[in-house]
Amino acid sequence: MGRERLARYDLAGPENRAAVDAGLAGATWFRSDVPRKRMKELMRRTDGPAIRDTVLWVGLMVVFAGIGIALWGSWWAVPFFLAYGVLYGSASDSRWHEAGHGTAFTTRWMDEAVYQLACFMIMRDPTASRWSHTRHHTDTLVVGRDPEIQAMRPARLVKLLGNFFGLYDVPVAFRTMAIHAAGRLTAEEADYVPESERPKVYRTARIWLAIYVAAAAAAIGFGSWLPLVLIGGPRVYGTFMHVVYGLTQHAGMGENVLDHRLNTRTVRMNAVNRFLYWNMNFHVEHHMFPMVPYHRLPELHEEIRHDCAPAYPSLWAAYREIVPAVLRQLKDQDHHVRRELPPGAAPFHVPSEISDGRARALTTASA
Amino acid sequence: MPQWIAACAADDVDPEDVVPVDHDGHAYAVYRSPDDTYFATDGHCTHERELLCDGLVMGTTIECPKHNGRFDYTSGAALGAPVLVDVRTYPTKVEDGTVYVEVP
Repeated sequence: MGRERLARYDLAGPENRAAVDAGLAGATWFRSDVPRKRMKELMRRTDGPAIRDTVLWVGLMVVFAGIGIALWGSWWAVPFFLAYGVLYGSASDSRWHEAGHGTAFTTRWMDEAVYQLACFMIMRDPTASRWSHTRHHTDTLVVGRDPEIQAMRPARLVKLLGNFFGLYDVPVAFRTMAIHAAGRLTAEEADYVPESERPKVYRTARIWLAIYVAAAAAAIGFGSWLPLVLIGGPRVYGTFMHVVYGLTQHAGMGENVLDHRLNTRTVRMNAVNRFLYWNMNFHVEHHMFPMVPYHRLPELHEEIRHDCAPAYPSLWAAYREIVPAVLRQLKDQDHHVRRELPPGAAPFHVPSEISDGRARALTTASA
Repeated sequence: MPQWIAACAADDVDPEDVVPVDHDGHAYAVYRSPDDTYFATDGHCTHERELLCDGLVMGTTIECPKHNGRFDYTSGAALGAPVLVDVRTYPTKVEDGTVYVEVP
């Protein structure tokens, strides 16, 4: 089953061609009707909120790391490094995401600087992951096309749970870094990274590997774990929150659909979580209109809520749905969450029988 | 043979904005820059078949609504990933309040 499952989701496998043949690749997706004037307001860029949040983000990391270093050797250092680790190993995910879209700031170099920093922290190559995420937006949860499907059917539970501490992602990141440093791409990356972009991938991997080797050498030289607790380590001990947030996006929902209301969740979160996650809890809104900066997503939510199923009131409420759905999909790969739209909402965009959220094999469906 | 077509009224385009124009089944995008100059490009992004008229105009840049790829709409230059291919531009002129685009 594991091998079959991986083959279905493999971008280098037969489902990729089947999705293209079925019209699911690069297709037209549903968008709520928002007047152009209002959309222009919502899309408008500004540096202020992202500068504020970035100063706070980096500032808090410096403060927590500083206190942790001062208390090094004492158990009192643990909570400070935990806070540092979550800011490094979890909040970097949303910064990677927002700056990667180019919507966080209006000033390009600021966006790029935050993107490069966040990519290093979350251990995703800036070039390859930009293209991976581009594909994710083109073909969200289209099997064989989307390289960012976290919860497959059936889910790889060991991988999912291990990734709360980076136990799968970090070794894979270093393996991928080594492949890139050797001047190659993985087979999946070769499907979406254009030739002209590849030299950047190789150069970045070589620089990153040099930094990690230097950190490891410093740890050995000083006879202390501290350099690795500060650099790279947070991707292990502080990464759990980005998985907590990330699984709410799509886990258990429809595959091979062309309407983000069928495969994406919006979840209400408190201010701390929204700071760490940069408002990506408004995920239906983000997928429908990726041009809207993170700090305007609450307004966009109000603008289109008449077309969407109610937002989940909390992380807890989302997980009460996700856990049973993912567990049921271990045995029943047709099962998926399908939410009811409010009265008066635009109907689901379901252009064909294969675009109904079930995990049936496209090769069979399109025959 | 190139020909000038009446694309839209000059007032149809807000400053620093874009409108769609269709001619003979081909999509074009007509822009009005912040200094009230008009430009025209192909209507679709060169990365994927997405209409640029739904995107955001910032100065002389148009950003695609799907993947945030950016073009300089005055020259058609692609400004970075995920757009790597320039978008085609077309000459424009304004006469008696009408924007004309020269199409092939």
